[in-house]
Amino acid sequence: MNAPIVRLFGVIVLLFALLVVFTSRWTVFEASSLNDNSLNVRTLLDELRIKRGQILAADGTVLAKSVPAAGGTWSRTYPQGRLFAQPVGFSIAAKGEAAGLEQSAGPDLRGVQTGLSSIFGQLSPRPVGDDVHTTLDPNGQRAAQQALAGRAGSVVALDPSTGAVKVMYSNPGYDDNDPPSKNSVTDTTFNRATQGAYAPGSTFKIVTATAAIDSGKYTPDSLINGNSPILVSGVPLANDGNQDWGLQTLTTAMTFSINTIFAQVAEHVGRPTMTDYMKRFGFYSKPPLDFPPFELNTSKPVAPNGRPYPPGSPNEDIGRIGIGEGGMQVTPLQMAMVAAAVANGGTLMTPHLIDRVVDQDGRTVRTTHPSVYSHVMKPSTAAEVTKMMEKVVEEGTGTAVQLGGISVAGKTGTAEIGASGSNLTQPAFVAFAPADHPKIAIAVNVDISNGGFGGTVAAPIAKAVLQALLVNGG
Amino acid sequence: MSARNRELLGLIPASLLVTAGFAGVFIQRSNALSNVSLTYGALFLGLCIAAHVFVRITLPRADPYMFPLVAVLASFGLVMIYRIDPTLARQQAQWFVLGLVLFAATILLFRDYRKLERYRYVIVLVSLGLLVLPRLPGIGYAANGAYLGVRIPGLFVFQPAEFAKIGLVIFLASYLRDTRQVLVQGGRRFLGITFPPLKQFGPVVVIWGLAMATLVVLSDTGSSVMFYGGLLAMLYVATNRLSFVVIGLIAAAVGFWYLGTHIPHIHARVETWLHPLNPRLYHAPLGSYQVANSMFAQAAGGMFGQGFGQAALTLPNGGALLPAPQTDMVYAVITDELGLFGAVAVLMTYLLFVARGFKTAMLARDSFSTLLAVGLSAMFALQVFVIVGGVTRVIPLTGVTLPFISYGGSSILANLVLLALLLLVSDRARRPE
Repeated sequence: MNAPIVRLFGVIVLLFALLVVFTSRWTVFEASSLNDNSLNVRTLLDELRIKRGQILAADGTVLAKSVPAAGGTWSRTYPQGRLFAQPVGFSIAAKGEAAGLEQSAGPDLRGVQTGLSSIFGQLSPRPVGDDVHTTLDPNGQRAAQQALAGRAGSVVALDPSTGAVKVMYSNPGYDDNDPPSKNSVTDTTFNRATQGAYAPGSTFKIVTATAAIDSGKYTPDSLINGNSPILVSGVPLANDGNQDWGLQTLTTAMTFSINTIFAQVAEHVGRPTMTDYMKRFGFYSKPPLDFPPFELNTSKPVAPNGRPYPPGSPNEDIGRIGIGEGGMQVTPLQMAMVAAAVANGGTLMTPHLIDRVVDQDGRTVRTTHPSVYSHVMKPSTAAEVTKMMEKVVEEGTGTAVQLGGISVAGKTGTAEIGASGSNLTQPAFVAFAPADHPKIAIAVNVDISNGGFGGTVAAPIAKAVLQALLVNGG
Repeated sequence: MSARNRELLGLIPASLLVTAGFAGVFIQRSNALSNVSLTYGALFLGLCIAAHVFVRITLPRADPYMFPLVAVLASFGLVMIYRIDPTLARQQAQWFVLGLVLFAATILLFRDYRKLERYRYVIVLVSLGLLVLPRLPGIGYAANGAYLGVRIPGLFVFQPAEFAKIGLVIFLASYLRDTRQVLVQGGRRFLGITFPPLKQFGPVVVIWGLAMATLVVLSDTGSSVMFYGGLLAMLYVATNRLSFVVIGLIAAAVGFWYLGTHIPHIHARVETWLHPLNPRLYHAPLGSYQVANSMFAQAAGGMFGQGFGQAALTLPNGGALLPAPQTDMVYAVITDELGLFGAVAVLMTYLLFVARGFKTAMLARDSFSTLLAVGLSAMFALQVFVIVGGVTRVIPLTGVTLPFISYGGSSILANLVLLALLLLVSDRARRPE
């Protein structure tokens, strides 16, 4: 009976070979299509089972952390809620949704699994992500929240010498523990600080003054006729109150925000030079922030039909752009960068939110080293523009920001919005302090005010935040 | 080296495996290496050595590889189940101890296993009776539409098919020993095919028919395939007539086609086998969710697996991602965690065990012993094929256990009795004349 036994064993070997073939089919040959199958929830579960690292403020305040959830998974909580919701964002792995740093620092927070570590990972516990230490300052953030006092608007503050973002606050916000639905009327994930499209108004005169002086066409003492109204691109342009200022220096024009002078300066400096300086400040490209690209808006002039002008377009009204009108749209982040460039001797540092990434064993995985984004202007130009901006705060439109012992350099802006004749304005203020040794550059925008000015509505907010960052916070 | 010393050496890898396995699971679980894993390894080694000493005394010439192979499988099974649910693993370990007692009892009671032949009709009737038990009201219960188990409330739950398989093999070995000559010589040729004589073949057909009918009533397709395959294997070895097997396979094909199209529970299984990734079947109750997730789990494992304790088994809401991971789906969990390589290693271990069983059958000096060893080995191999084939979608998924690895007392007990019988046959076969 031995021959049939051998043949029977042969059949069983064949059957087992079939099992090996089918196991190979699922584990190797068809594995990637099975992994990608829409019915397969394993990839998503893997994500849920990773303990994401914490997000921390500069002083160690925990902004986001993982807490254990059912089935060996983790969920995210945000102890600071609304205060930091815009920069921190949220992550809902189960829905594949994320925003803010939770999205842009996702690979760090998850802890990237390299090929080698996944082999050794078989002996190690479930992956734990790295902690992300941000540059955000809770004092400044709180001051911004309190000073805005519920009004729609935003505050961005940078360290000009490094580009570190100290404050990023936008109102209305949301609680990132419970992200709002799209049709929520009170809450929004829209981050005005990086996505808002504000008319900069007179704050843009910093850019125009920089181009005028740095190009050598003007000095702070150049005299320009400040009569009103004048024709700009064939349309009359008037000063505030249609005031005739006569011959005035560029410094005086800055101090009292004389529109007709700056429109003439912009036209005389010329479209190509203006465009060049705007680009140096970061206009026309997404801000180089370590933040999700879809949450970053590009600052640029926009035609009445809603389309952005190509850089240097002959159709744009460069005179009005020179005073922050003419369809100019900016983010508060961009205006903070403008202030920071002047504050840092003309060198614009790349803004960043992540200071360093630290793994669970306390080793620093990555540190953000300050890097130069562009050399906007000569240091001498920066010094002169700084002096002009100091005048604004000492005796001009921005006196409300005066900080006592600390000298502040600033520029107000008040864009008129709504139908002509309406009293609605959009106040803005851009500043840095201390003027002689700048530590903070700040941009404040308030969405809507009934007749308020940059100097009366936005400047006090900037003052409160500067105070928190420079005086109280040290 | 003597056979028993080889067996003793063979136990070392088994206990190393259980130690390393538990260590792996502990690291994963508690982020710390506990010396409990060494305790488990030592306990397991002690248990195996006790069984080994017993075999050394009672069956000194028996095959030296079968017991270590079983120890490897059982230790591996314990680790896998511990990883899925520590409570179940403790119970499984208790079943293993009880199984070793039953193993020893079988060897002591049936030193001359040929006396089993005397009770062949009692054995076959008891086996058939066992098969009907799950259908009896009060104690039987169904799982997924199949009547697989018997539950005496508060006492125990067991799956009679596991034991019936051994009884049927004993009966067939004995019956075919008596009739194989007649079956071969009395066969008639018709249309160029040799048909077995009805008179001698009759009882086989009756037994088969009864077993099949019972299984249709119980809807336990997995066991039915296993029994029928075992029967054909024994018939083939007894008669060396391929035509009998071909006739049997055709009859089976017709039977399964009928069952597959007319019994809803079986038809549904065939549908889910053919189209597991159809979203409608995937979301249907008793649909393809289990089979599809078995494939997903294997895909997640890939070539080398995710490592012990890394497979996802439950959903965040506590629901099952991979239903029945400790029983039907244990092979998918193995593939997920140890990859293609680990899964093939397990299959090779089974194949080695089956090879030793067939080797024993070839060494046996009388037909009953040969047929008994062939039947038990073939049945064992088919059981592995039916469940692994179901999990890997070679065939529709049916509920039988993966021997020595799946969680389940009946499976452990019955398969240890199977091992005892094979060792008994082996010892007699290797005894000098």
